Amino acid sequence: MPLENKPKLKIKPIKNGTVIDHITANKSLHVLKILNLPNKENKNITIAMNVSSNEIKRKDILKIENRELKSSELDQVALIAPKSTINIIRDYNIVKKEKISLKDEINSIIKCINNKCITNNENEPINSKFQIISKAPIIARCYYCDKLISKDEINKQFE
Amino acid sequence: MVHIFNFNDIITIKDLKREDIDYIIDEAFKLEKVAKSEENSDTLNGKILGMMFFEPSTRTKLSFETSMKRLGGECIGFENSITSSVAKGESIADTAKMFEAYCDGLVIRHEIEGVSKFISDIVNVPIINAGDGAGQHPTQTLLDLYTIKKEFKKIDGLKIALVGDLKYGRTVHSLAYALGLYDVEMYFVSPKELKMPNEILHDLEKNNISYYEEENLKNIVDKVDVLYVTRIQKERFGDIEEYLKIKSRYIINKELINGKNLIVMHPLPRIDEISQDVDNTKYNKYFEQAFNAVPMRMAILKQLLK
Ligand SMILES: [Zn+2]
Repeated sequence: MPLENKPKLKIKPIKNGTVIDHITANKSLHVLKILNLPNKENKNITIAMNVSSNEIKRKDILKIENRELKSSELDQVALIAPKSTINIIRDYNIVKKEKISLKDEINSIIKCINNKCITNNENEPINSKFQIISKAPIIARCYYCDKLISKDEINKQFE
Repeated sequence: MVHIFNFNDIITIKDLKREDIDYIIDEAFKLEKVAKSEENSDTLNGKILGMMFFEPSTRTKLSFETSMKRLGGECIGFENSITSSVAKGESIADTAKMFEAYCDGLVIRHEIEGVSKFISDIVNVPIINAGDGAGQHPTQTLLDLYTIKKEFKKIDGLKIALVGDLKYGRTVHSLAYALGLYDVEMYFVSPKELKMPNEILHDLEKNNISYYEEENLKNIVDKVDVLYVTRIQKERFGDIEEYLKIKSRYIINKELINGKNLIVMHPLPRIDEISQDVDNTKYNKYFEQAFNAVPMRMAILKQLLK
């Protein structure tokens, strides 16, 4: 069947908010976990999982109503869904479209897997901090203890 | 102006470039006479070094104290958390803040990894990492390199075998990394259960360093200039029979090395991984290595505290 005749999944458009598209298939729930959503203020979220995509075979889509996510919040999403794109919607129109990108350093969002690492010591005033030493596949290195953390180990933390 | 060895702290050997290491080795050479008490020095007169040894390491602590005192400085501090307020639940951060107020520099040893890095970010006096768990122990590495340079007058071109527990032994991790800055051939000799971790191999591969992994000690004794020996610990094995069997294959004795052209090094203390019949041979450089801790740590203290 030619591409253009393929039945397309229709998701109801949102009036205002953020659409995160091209999320790695089946990772949308993890993305929500990273973004701490849903919460009291943002209850209306539509999730489309494992839909077909021209760019990346299968993908997830998230529509978050009445909330414009800041790019700093989205950097973290790149950790588990590096190909995601962001659309900010106002009055049914896309007013801003951007690709998210993984920063070289990430803070607090994941835990060091080395249980002998100072960042896992609850008695100290310290947050985790990692350098991203490889982006595809993702490998993070703990700033404090040097431990390497693989993509799988990162994903596991959001399950 | 070139900024060689321009550091506030010594946390990990990875912060040092080859020029830095070569420089500090040269500085250590210059301090040999003071280290042996053939000359006196007041370089660090009036300075106080704080020793925070959350886990005991008498050997390391004594060599830092000796180094500081040989340069005319003073030391305060504690060894082992039992005698300190840490046992009552005070955070490491608070303890370090107190020491910062009293001292011109801090030496920190802790069984938790990353402690020195953490402290160096929150205090303003120089921090020297004297070992953090399975992590880094950079001054040990520097004195190891100093020992090799003192013996061979060079490091480039040598063939160096690291033997024993390469998985958990922190000295061999730092040393492998530092040797990677030189043109050396490295042999990692260990039982398969205790191989060099991926983190270290990753760094070596990234820097195009060639290394060989080997299980049998006999296969390399004819090839290498240095046997750097570490202890295989009982705790690493569930089964005592298995431990004894494996350990026995990595013991250095006179019979194994007789007639070979190499030196034997060990970070000490040793138990039986180097047989005592090696002590009175030309191969023994581990006692010299222990002395070398003093000129090297003097050079580091002088550089950081002056
Ligand atoms: Zn860590």
